Amino acid sequence: MTQHWWHVAISWALAAAGFGIMAWLAASRHAAAKRRLALFGPRERRQG
Amino acid sequence: MRGVSTPAPSSPRPLAATAPRGGGGLHRFANPGRFLRLTDRLLPWLWALAVAVTGAGAAWALFFSPPDWQQGETVRIMYVHVPMAWLAMGGYAGLAVASLMSLIWRHPLADVAARELSPVGAMVTALCLATGSLWGRPMWGTWWAWDARMTSVLVLFFLWVGHAALVRAFDEEERGARAGAILALIGAINLPVIKWSVDWFNTLHQSASVTRISAPGMHVDMLYPLLVCALGFTLLFAALVLARVRAAVMEKRLRQMQLAQARRQEGAA
Repeated sequence: MTQHWWHVAISWALAAAGFGIMAWLAASRHAAAKRRLALFGPRERRQG
Repeated sequence: MRGVSTPAPSSPRPLAATAPRGGGGLHRFANPGRFLRLTDRLLPWLWALAVAVTGAGAAWALFFSPPDWQQGETVRIMYVHVPMAWLAMGGYAGLAVASLMSLIWRHPLADVAARELSPVGAMVTALCLATGSLWGRPMWGTWWAWDARMTSVLVLFFLWVGHAALVRAFDEEERGARAGAILALIGAINLPVIKWSVDWFNTLHQSASVTRISAPGMHVDMLYPLLVCALGFTLLFAALVLARVRAAVMEKRLRQMQLAQARRQEGAA
């Protein structure tokens, strides 16, 4: 792989990692909040 | 806060149970239940569309678009770098609008949106700088130059990080939101500086080639995959911000319910 392709691959990998990590963090926060809200009753469970 | 139920001075500012006046139809979404129901239906479709469009754009950009006659394969970095630059600036314009709504109409969802927008904005600006640097090394022979375009984008990155830190620096959420809104509005002055820095100053960074008023200075074989990538990343950005706002609304609701439960227990005792 040439140096040009290395730079291209790193750029795309950084973008994938950045968006991937952010999406995972958002999903984790959402799951945690949903789980804790569900303890307050069925109405909260439905809205989460 | 006008027209909004307020439980106690010591509690965090609640999301409105009833919509406050002014601010147009957007106040309909100040109701957390309505917002959660809407995003529950919208988000899966938005994620699916974002992943599909970005995947198609990535395949087109990496494997089916031609190499540039001067830049060679390195031109494929542009398909990430340019959308990140657009999102960094467009997202900051969105932050400024949310800040304005927060200061004028005290829209509670605008505060939450601004708070959740800044880490995503900081990430795309960091990606813009990093991919620009990765492109610059083989093309210009340097990772970095203190020219007007790059320096003003670095300032934009600091504004995003500063906003994210400032809104979280106060015990009282409302004060943090207000300070962040003022910073965001002052920082918006940087947007035209970034846009026209390549025209006002003698920069190493090339001038606009896609958003030129006359016509794009790019062949359609490169322009089309670039536009598809830009659309895909924009959808990903929107889905990410919406998912974060949704999580934040649920966390806020949880805090309010925990507070109410603690009060009930205190009253019973």
